[in-house]
Amino acid sequence: MTPVATPFFFYLLAGLALLGGVLVITRRNPVHSALALILTLLALAGIYLMLYAPFVAGVQIILYVGGIMVLFLFVIMLVDVGRAEKEARFNKQWVVGVVASLALGMLFVSAYVKGKALFPERLARLAEESNTQEIAKFLYGDYLLAFEVASLLLLVAMIGAVVMAKKRV
Amino acid sequence: MRDYITSYLNSSGTPGEAGNIFWITVYILLIFAGVAAGVICMNWLERKIMAHMQVRLGPMRVGPHGLLQPFADALKLLLKEDLMPEQADSVVYHLAPLLVVVVAFTVFIVVPFGPSHAVTDMNIGLLFMLGVSSMAVLGIVMAGWASNSHYPLLGALRSSAQMVSYEVAMGMAVLTAVLMTSLHGGGIYGVGGAQESGTGTLSMIGIVQAQAGQHVWFIFKFFPLGLVSFVIFAIAMVAETNRAPFDLPEAESELTAGFHTEYSGFRWSLFFLAEYAAMIAVSSIAVTLWLGGWLRPFPNWHGPQVAIPGFWQAGSSNGVVDLILAMAPVVAFVGLGGLCFLGAWRMAKNPLFRIQMLGLAAFGALLALVGLICVVPAVRDRVQDIFWFVAKVAVSMYLYIWYRSTFPRYRFDQLMKVGWKVLLPIAIGVLLATATLGVVIQAVMAA
Repeated sequence: MTPVATPFFFYLLAGLALLGGVLVITRRNPVHSALALILTLLALAGIYLMLYAPFVAGVQIILYVGGIMVLFLFVIMLVDVGRAEKEARFNKQWVVGVVASLALGMLFVSAYVKGKALFPERLARLAEESNTQEIAKFLYGDYLLAFEVASLLLLVAMIGAVVMAKKRV
Repeated sequence: MRDYITSYLNSSGTPGEAGNIFWITVYILLIFAGVAAGVICMNWLERKIMAHMQVRLGPMRVGPHGLLQPFADALKLLLKEDLMPEQADSVVYHLAPLLVVVVAFTVFIVVPFGPSHAVTDMNIGLLFMLGVSSMAVLGIVMAGWASNSHYPLLGALRSSAQMVSYEVAMGMAVLTAVLMTSLHGGGIYGVGGAQESGTGTLSMIGIVQAQAGQHVWFIFKFFPLGLVSFVIFAIAMVAETNRAPFDLPEAESELTAGFHTEYSGFRWSLFFLAEYAAMIAVSSIAVTLWLGGWLRPFPNWHGPQVAIPGFWQAGSSNGVVDLILAMAPVVAFVGLGGLCFLGAWRMAKNPLFRIQMLGLAAFGALLALVGLICVVPAVRDRVQDIFWFVAKVAVSMYLYIWYRSTFPRYRFDQLMKVGWKVLLPIAIGVLLATATLGVVIQAVMAA
């Protein structure tokens, strides 16, 4: 099956992701910022689909949009939005912000300029039909140790959250 | 153009796999119309069934036996004034019902009504359904917050906590069924029988084909493990769709109407539509994973071969049992038509009831006509899968109504306790037991 209108969809999704990102930092209302972040995450899921990584796209939607962002909104909804809107934003962090974004931008530019030497030129050939199975083989075969370490880290974080939330342990 | 349209008819896959945009559009429109019609039927059935369970009559005035009540309601909702609280956040307030409806209908892209009767088949079909339907909670949270009112906010908080919690148990139950697709061997314990099929899959069509290959519905696989995981999913899906006895987000006695208290008219009806479409969607996940999807009961039992010239060809998979069960759609529709005629005949013999009587008789004639069309061999062979799938989903929808009229509502702490302390540990235990049993049986069979 041939991909449909690939450049068009790429620019559409990339544009939506950027639009969402800009809205996240410019909206004064935190709930609107969170909703804009959801737009960015959905656009990224679409880009993963275009990279022939359907499993990552599906997990992106389930975890980030359906799980994490819902909990984000859950907390933000309980904040007094009226007061948050009046407060000064970017509390004198703009120097750090400019330095960080300049560094990241230069990294991107250099990767773009020197990209041919850094990345393989040929397209990765991925089996779209058995994408999930391939990922499973890699995760539970070649990279089992790294996978287990990551899950242990998450378990520690989870126990930490429970300990912090509980008044008496 | 004509060749483009007819070229799909020779392929055996879904229109999405064939890449035929015309048939994709046709399928999407058909499924949209079908689900919308299902929601209309549910509206009427829910009131009638609940009324009869509570020894009432239910709607009787609009049309014979209240059959036209859903249309009268739709008209009323469209004519109602569309209100918005003054302090509400207007963008989010207007976006929420749209998001909920779009999400509820998007999941039907991968629902397999038959081996080729789906819009498309995805490698991540099940993941897609769970992911997109988990976005419904966003719409509910947005609606509750944007209304800028106490009851909707409390309802939205309850529903987000509830849906996120039950998604975990639901995911574990689903994993058990996905794990079963990867097993070799046929029959309940994978011993003997067919030895085909093996790689696990998340594709909705692939899951049903695995059940056909292993000659068992996954609800009976590794008895009682498949049954337990199905029960966990069946409980979690009621909580996911915010239905009784888990309808705390819209508990009338405490929160008026929960997250959609401030909505009225057309926007309220969008929430209603989305709720019922989501019920149909999760029911079809359950049917696909555990109840054999489009497979008819006893799909491997054919009986002695039989041939009727011009109507039924003899073949290895065309026995007497196949012939009898192929007539099920006909019997169902003609039977429903017959019930309508009975109702028309029993109606009071008063000139005032003449229009109602004629209307009911005409409706019965229409149903019987649909049944007779299903006798035509070309139609009969194509509607088999759809009939069995829809019949199984319909049973699940009836259960929803049954729960609502029999179970009292849970308290919120009880709800959380059931989700985290009962369902989740059992689901994880069943998952581990299934994995262990599968590995052991395959090792024994290989030895």
